[in-house]
Amino acid sequence: MEEQKANKEGQSEQPHNDTRRDFLKQSSLLTALVLTPPTVFNAAAARLDEKVAEKFEKVPVTLEINRVKQKLSVEPRVTLLDLLREQLNLTGTKKGCDYGQCGACTVHVDGVRVNSCLTFAVMLDGKKITTIEGLAEGDELHPMQQAFIKHDGFQCGYCTPGQIMSAVACVREGHANSEAEIREYMSGNICRCGAYPNIVKAIQEVKNGGQKV
Amino acid sequence: MGFIDDKEVEAPFVGDPMDRIDGRLKVTGTATYSAEYQLPEMAHAVLIGSTVAKGRIKSMDTKQAERAPGVLAVISHLNSPKVPGHINRDHPAEPPKIGQPLRVFYDDKIYFNDQPVAVVVADTLERARYAAGLIQVKYKEEPHQTDFNQNKQKADLPTQAKRNPKSGLADYTRGKEDAYATEAIKMEAEYVQPTEVHNPMELQAVIAHWEAPDRLTLYDKTQGVKSTQKTFAEEWNIPVENVKVVATFVGGAFGNALHNWPHETAAIIAAKKVNRPVKLMLTREQMFTMVGYRPHTWQKVGMSASADGQLTGITHEAIGQTSSYEEFTESTLQQSRMMYTCPNVTTRYRILPLDISTPIWMRGPGEATGAFALESALDEMAHQLKIDPLAFRLHNLPDKDPQNGKPWSTNYLRECMEMGAERIGWQERKMQPGSNREGEWLVGFGMGAGTFGANRRGAKAYAKLQPNGTILIQSATTDIGPGTGTAMVQIAADALGVQPDKIRFELGNSAFPDSPKQGGSSTINSVGSAVRAACLELKQKLQQLAAARSGTAFSAAKPEDISIADGSITLAGNRSASITYADLLKQNQGQDIEVLTTSEPGQEREKYSMYSFSVHFAKVHVHPVTGQVLVQKVVCCADAGTIINTKTAGNQMIGGAVGGIGMALVEDAVLDHRFGRYVTKDFASYHVPVHADIPPVEVAFVNKPDMIVDPIGTKGLGEIAIIGVAPAIANAVFNATGKRIRELPITPDKLV
Ligand code: FES
Ligand code: FES
Repeated sequence: MEEQKANKEGQSEQPHNDTRRDFLKQSSLLTALVLTPPTVFNAAAARLDEKVAEKFEKVPVTLEINRVKQKLSVEPRVTLLDLLREQLNLTGTKKGCDYGQCGACTVHVDGVRVNSCLTFAVMLDGKKITTIEGLAEGDELHPMQQAFIKHDGFQCGYCTPGQIMSAVACVREGHANSEAEIREYMSGNICRCGAYPNIVKAIQEVKNGGQKV
Repeated sequence: MGFIDDKEVEAPFVGDPMDRIDGRLKVTGTATYSAEYQLPEMAHAVLIGSTVAKGRIKSMDTKQAERAPGVLAVISHLNSPKVPGHINRDHPAEPPKIGQPLRVFYDDKIYFNDQPVAVVVADTLERARYAAGLIQVKYKEEPHQTDFNQNKQKADLPTQAKRNPKSGLADYTRGKEDAYATEAIKMEAEYVQPTEVHNPMELQAVIAHWEAPDRLTLYDKTQGVKSTQKTFAEEWNIPVENVKVVATFVGGAFGNALHNWPHETAAIIAAKKVNRPVKLMLTREQMFTMVGYRPHTWQKVGMSASADGQLTGITHEAIGQTSSYEEFTESTLQQSRMMYTCPNVTTRYRILPLDISTPIWMRGPGEATGAFALESALDEMAHQLKIDPLAFRLHNLPDKDPQNGKPWSTNYLRECMEMGAERIGWQERKMQPGSNREGEWLVGFGMGAGTFGANRRGAKAYAKLQPNGTILIQSATTDIGPGTGTAMVQIAADALGVQPDKIRFELGNSAFPDSPKQGGSSTINSVGSAVRAACLELKQKLQQLAAARSGTAFSAAKPEDISIADGSITLAGNRSASITYADLLKQNQGQDIEVLTTSEPGQEREKYSMYSFSVHFAKVHVHPVTGQVLVQKVVCCADAGTIINTKTAGNQMIGGAVGGIGMALVEDAVLDHRFGRYVTKDFASYHVPVHADIPPVEVAFVNKPDMIVDPIGTKGLGEIAIIGVAPAIANAVFNATGKRIRELPITPDKLV
C-alpha cells in the first residue's frame, strides 16, 4: 500500500520508500547491529525479507480486551494507550499527557487501574484489559456512567473515560468512604474543565447506592 | 400517542437541569475528538521544535530520519511545499496579520524556543517519533529577550491604539488624569500575573486530508469551524467551500483553539507532501509553546477614596507580554473604567514583545488578569479605610455605566453580592487580619467581582421538519464543554413547542450555517438567538403551508398556536384542525420544509451598556507554619441573564472556580531565560488543581432575563465564571494572615 502511494508524489525526495524493510541495512539500526554478532549483521546486510524483519520489530501478545481475546503482534515500544487508540480503534481511552500525570488514559488491567500510557502492550501478555468501551453491559450503562450523566460529572468529556475507570476502581478498592477520601484517591485524574465536585457526587451516589460495581 | 398538546409539553424547558444530550457518548467513550477519526492510509506526524529562542537554522541533517523505517517524509523550510498564503505576504518586514499563524517552515528564522522547524511523517506514530529523534539541527544563535522585567521599559502602545485613539486599547482618562496621586487617602501597588497555560486535557490535534489537490478536510481541535475554514482557504488559496472543518467534540480549549496555529499548517503541508491523510497530535510539552497562553502581565493600581468610602480616583496600568511576530492584546483594564462609580479614572495599556510564542485569550482573558489587580486594590483600600470590603463595593456600585453614561441593559451585581455574602457566611469574617482561627489553621474570607461584555454576534441556524415529526437543527458553532448542544435543544424545544427528544441539534461542522467562534461568552446569546429565530420561522412556514392547504382554521391561527406532532401538525385548542406532513410536503411542491435563518443584534448597543456580572466569595485556611493554603469553600454568584440549563451552567461556574483556584494558588509557567525555554512542561512541573484541591463550590444565579441583549434573555457565563476568583482567594489569604500577595500564584514560600 505504501509503495503505491509513494509512487504518486514527491517520490524523488523520498528515496526510502521502495523497500521499507531496507532499514535493517541502511538505518541507524545498523549501528545497533554492528554491536551484534557478525552472523546477524551479515544476514541484515543480505536484505532480510519481510517475515524476518517482522520478527525483529514485533512481538506476539495475547490480550483479552473487553472480554474478547485478541492475538496481536506489536512493537515492543508501543504503549497500551497507543495500541488501543491507533491500532484497535478503541479511542475511548484518552491521551492527555503521555507521561502518567493526568489519568485520562486509565484502564483496568486484571481489575486494577493503570495508566495505559505508561504501560507497554508487550508487558500484558495474557492479561485482561477493560476500557471504557467495555464497562457497560450492552445498552445498559454501568451505574458509574449513569451517575456521571446524572450529576454532570464532566464538561468537555475528554477526561471522563479515565475518571470513570478510576472511579469504578476507587469504589472497588474501598477508597470511596468519604468525600475527602474520594478526592484523595481520585487526584490522579485531572479534569481541566473542573467538574471535580460533580464527579465526587457521582462517586458518592454509586458508593452509597450499594449497586454492584 | 401521536399528539402533543400544550399541557403534555412540560415547557418551558429553558431553565431545566436537563441531562446533556451527548452525555451518553461522553461516558461510553464514543464521542469522537479530532485525533480519533479513522481514515484509510492515515500517516502520523511528529513535530520537531527549535532548541534556541532566536536566530537562524544553520543546517539540518535529516538523512538518518529519512532512512528510518516507515518514514514517508521529513519536511522543513528546506523542502516544504510552498504555502500560497505565506508567499502572498512576502515582505520580510511585514508582520503577519493579527490572528494569523506563524509561517511554519517558511524560512530559516527562529522566533521562539520550540518553534516547529521540521515535521516527520511515518506510517506509525512510533516510527515517526523515533525518526524525529534522529534529526540534527544546527543554529546560528542570536541573543534573545524573554525576561519581562528586564525589558519592561520597551513596552509600547498596541498598533491598534496608535492608529485609533478611540480604540478600547488606547489610553483613557475620565475626569482628572491620575487624580488619586494627589488625594489624602490613597494606595498604590503593583501586581503580577505570571504566564498561565490553558492546558486543556485534550492535546491539540488535527487530521489533515487533501481529498483532491484543491479540496481539504480538517478534523481539527478548534473553537471556530468557520474561522478555521476561512483561515486555511486563504492560506492555501482555494475556495472557502473546498475546505471542510469538523470539530464535533472538543476536549476543552479555554481559548487556545480560538487561533489557528503552526501545527495545523504543518499537518496540512505534510498531508500535501505525502498525499495521504496525516494525523498530528501535539505533546504536552508542545502545549506550552505552540498553542498560546495567558500572557505574563504587570499591573499597577493607584486608588483613592474619601474617608466615608467613596472612590475618588483609580489609575490602572498594565503591560502584557506578546510575541515578536504578532501583536496580542486583551482588555485587561476595561472593568476599571466601568465597574464602580468613580469620577476620575485613568487607564494605560501597553504590550511588550518578547522572543516567545504568541499568547492567546485564556478564559476570562484580560479581565481575569485585570480583576486580580483591581479587586485586590479595592480590598487594600477598604482595609486602609477600615471599611468592610463588601460594604465598600456596595457603596460604589453605579446605577448606570460610568464610562459612557448609558443605562445598563441589566445589572444585578448588588443582588449577586448579597446572595454570595449570605452563602459564604460573610458575617463570620473578622476585620482584623490574622485574628480568626479554626484549630491550628488561620481562617480568612475574601471576595472578588467580575464582569464581561454581553457580546451578542450575528449567527445563522438551519431548521428542518423531518417526515417523522422530528426537527433537525444545524449551526456551525462548537462545544468545548459548556453543553452548547443541550442548551440549543432546550431553546428550540420551547420555541417549537415540542419535547426535547424530538430535536436533533448538530454543530461542529463548517458545512453548517455560519456561526461565530465559541469564545467571549457569546455562544448562547448569538447562536441561541439564531436557533430560536429559525424555530419560530419554521413554525410560521408550517402555518402558512397549512393555511394554503386546508383553509380557515389554520389561516386564522398564529404561528405559536401550531403544534408539531408525530406525523401531523395541529392547532392548540382545536384538535380537529390537523394536517399531515405528507399533505404539507405536497403543498411545498415536495420540497423539504426547512428554513435558514439569520439573527443579528440590533441597535441596542447604542442605547445600553451590556455586561454579565459575577462575584466570588472564598473561605480559606492558611497554615501559619507551612504557609499551605486550603480553600474551604467557594461561593460563585452570577448575573448572566436567563440560565438555560441550571445543571450545565452550574457546572460551568464550578469549572471557573476551579480555574480561578489554579490561577490563585498553583499555575505558573516558568521560563529559563538562559535558553528562553519553559522549564514547566508537563503536569508535574506546571500544577493545575486536582480533586484534592477543590472544596465544595456553591453556585447561585440571579437568573433574571436581560431581554435587551437577546430575545432569550441571556448575557453570557463562560468568562465571568473565572473573573474575580483569584482576587477572592488572594483577599481571603490576606484576611487570614495579614500578608498581601501581589504576585500570583500564592505559593507557601510567599506566606512563610
Ligand atoms: S495520558 Fe496517561 S496519565 Fe496522562
Ligand atoms: S470534562 Fe473536560 S477535562 Fe474533564
